[in-house]
Amino acid sequence: MEATAVKIENESMENRVAQIIIEELKLEDVTPESFDKNLDLVDELGIDSMDLTAVVLVLQDEYSITIDEDDYPKLKNVSLIAKYIQDRLD
Amino acid sequence: MKTVSSLLNEEWYERYKRISKLNIRSSIYDVTNKCNLRCKGCFFFSSGEHKAAKEQDDINKWKEFIDKEVQRGVNLAILIGGEPTLFMDRVEAFYDRLPTYCATNGQIKVDRERFPDMMVGISLWGDPEVEKKLRGKDTFAISSKNYEGDDYTYYLFTISPRQLGGIEPIVKRIEDHGLKVHMQLLSNDEGVDGFSWTEDQLRQAREEMDEMLIKYPKTVISSHYYHEVLTTQTMLGRKFGWKECPSVSINWDNREPQPKRLIRFIRWASDLETTHRCCTSQTRDCSTCMDGAAHMSWVMVNKRAHMQTTKDLQNWITVYEMFAKLYRFIPW
Ligand code: SF4
Ligand code: SF4
Repeated sequence: MEATAVKIENESMENRVAQIIIEELKLEDVTPESFDKNLDLVDELGIDSMDLTAVVLVLQDEYSITIDEDDYPKLKNVSLIAKYIQDRLD
Repeated sequence: MKTVSSLLNEEWYERYKRISKLNIRSSIYDVTNKCNLRCKGCFFFSSGEHKAAKEQDDINKWKEFIDKEVQRGVNLAILIGGEPTLFMDRVEAFYDRLPTYCATNGQIKVDRERFPDMMVGISLWGDPEVEKKLRGKDTFAISSKNYEGDDYTYYLFTISPRQLGGIEPIVKRIEDHGLKVHMQLLSNDEGVDGFSWTEDQLRQAREEMDEMLIKYPKTVISSHYYHEVLTTQTMLGRKFGWKECPSVSINWDNREPQPKRLIRFIRWASDLETTHRCCTSQTRDCSTCMDGAAHMSWVMVNKRAHMQTTKDLQNWITVYEMFAKLYRFIPW
């Protein structure tokens, strides 16, 4: 039961991160659910550090965490961002 | 949803990946207020920036300042002036700490024993006649001797309307000296007669720049899209100017909404405290600004805007590659 709950929590956090990216980058034809959580944000989505900063600002507000700019290279895809936030919250 | 790999074939995708992670954070530094030339139309002197601040002459203060800049995240120092090579100890303080590019008029030779791989950009304003008119002497005669065959040097050729029809001999001369060339356009800040651009002349400049890139691909470091954007001051239907400019010092940037811009970019005066508005003249009218570097950066910071079509993204890649070559982040 516990493992399932964690999985759902992860999934919903990933979807929320995907939603923020979709909104901030004004992406079309994609939903948080259909967003590939392993898609490389730089190599594939073409986001740059200014885009990432916009996403990070929303995440910081929403989860009351601080994300250091030195950590940006770790935020390679939605799944890793969700894990990064989860680690900060734990 | 458009992704990079859905827009590019394998070859272009590889080219994209070569540059997509570079993450360059440049800032510009006036190394000195002094120069060994006084060119007509030099933005530095014409806008009084040489008087904006008293230059710092304690080399230890320079070293401390540069260390702080590195901590601020700067990973490319662009040295301008005045003439940086008048103060090699200051240039060395940068070079010892981070990748450094030195803009110079080429009259003083940078010692390659001391600065083996520092990028050097030599300003050139035209053929000997134009150079004499605008700069008081044929600077190429000296700079080409100083830097012949140098692998880390290129000419930054500022094209003026007077040079139209005569660009090729200059490119050829540069090639004959084993050097590279990048082209930009004169902004004529001092309103020298006959040196302001008309629409027709800009069209002609674009044609000639395109032709040079095709005819001298090993010598000319450029991109057709850069020529288009620079000569039309337009990108993806947007007009260049203050609202779009990426090269505004961060502490001067009060624009709302803030456009895509160079991250944490600052142009510092030589007192190491004063900052200038942008990468070029503080008094220049942004609506007529021809600054080549600002136009290049404008394209570069607007990557996602170029992800609507394959052609747009390929155009973006060619401009980014041009930048990366100019600073030798990728080979020539
Ligand atoms: S060499 Fe450069 S800094 Fe010196 S006057 Fe000419 S344009 Fe200005
Ligand atoms: S003068 Fe040119 S580089 Fe400077 S802020 Fe205006 S548009 Fe930008």
